[in-house]
Amino acid sequence: MQRSDEQTEAIIGRLLRVGVIAAAVFVAFGGILYLFKYGRMIADYSIFRGEPSDLKSLSGILSDALALRRRGLIQLGLVLLIATPIARVVFSVFAFMRQRDLAYAMITLAVLSLLVYSLLGGQ
Amino acid sequence: MNITEFTILTALGSVAAGFIGALTGLGGGVVIVPLLTLVFGVDIRYAVGTSLIAVIATSSGAAAAYVKEGYTNMRIGMFLEIATVLGALFGAWLAVIIPTSAITVIFGVFLLYSAYVSRQRPIVPPAGLKPDPLAERLGMNGSYPEPEGPRNYNVHSVPAGFSLMWVAGIFSGLLGIGSGALKVLAMDRIMKIPFKVSTTTSNFMIGVTAAASAGIYLKNGYIDPGLTMPVMLGALIGSLLGVRVLFNTKPKILRIIFSIVIALLAVEMIIKGFSGKM
Repeated sequence: MQRSDEQTEAIIGRLLRVGVIAAAVFVAFGGILYLFKYGRMIADYSIFRGEPSDLKSLSGILSDALALRRRGLIQLGLVLLIATPIARVVFSVFAFMRQRDLAYAMITLAVLSLLVYSLLGGQ
Repeated sequence: MNITEFTILTALGSVAAGFIGALTGLGGGVVIVPLLTLVFGVDIRYAVGTSLIAVIATSSGAAAAYVKEGYTNMRIGMFLEIATVLGALFGAWLAVIIPTSAITVIFGVFLLYSAYVSRQRPIVPPAGLKPDPLAERLGMNGSYPEPEGPRNYNVHSVPAGFSLMWVAGIFSGLLGIGSGALKVLAMDRIMKIPFKVSTTTSNFMIGVTAAASAGIYLKNGYIDPGLTMPVMLGALIGSLLGVRVLFNTKPKILRIIFSIVIALLAVEMIIKGFSGKM
């Protein structure tokens, strides 16, 4: 039990690191392209306009990023970042099931369904 | 100011925010929102969305390092995440419907409270307290490494701690912060979890709590790629530097300076909120 807890911790540590690095790479890459194109325009965030609809939905962000659009690439990196803790929860469900810890597998599943609801539900 | 200059300045500010947030254990969010709104004149909705993303980056980056050290209690974390995630969904929903001036004032009040908490010393839980039977049933009691060998601890008052974590989740979703100050209160003071375990476990939970409200922020257009890019990268670098320094120093003077700065920012946000300038 103790030993498998330690293995789980090592894998979770690696998962979080990989997720954050991947997100940072996308954000930095998109960011550099963004600055080359828009760097000389005036920065103004004092009035809230909301984002265009393609940057507000997962499918829109994905198609923008695949078309190598700058803001879409950054946004994809940010979505990867949001997905990192969620991936950690998914992994925890399996880890608790492997330990035959049914109570915690259920607890973790409850957290996961709330997260999925927030990200995908109620567009 | 053009976008390149703006990007460089916000990136530098965010490195500082991430560094201070990691050193004091309060997280970068409480510094990033005032920095963006008061210094850079950013609308608080963009500021809150940006800060929440930075919070996920810094907490996941730090958690990757902490988990290996063996302080993080993943069972306590998973259980309390039910409360923080429910709170965060509610908080993010509130953020969308209540006026921005009210959010600004609430943020100011929360900052004042954070300034107060950052001056408090960690409490050493008294030995020989009876553990909560619920904690026993949920297998929350654990041990953590000390130089003289593993040290056991028991968890107390699970229902009260759970309720306060729900409140912490609401503030996280409403203000785009990690709510580290409230989480530590729930885990240290109420559940009597040792300081090192509560800080690392709280940090571990922050990413999941923030991910819950990030979905709602994204759908409502609070997350702007151009603004979030320098802040997320800057805060991440700053927090990784901060974690490295934290292992070698006791930042007592820094804490005092930090709490004074935070208190001043708090007052300014409250005034701006009431005068309707946000």
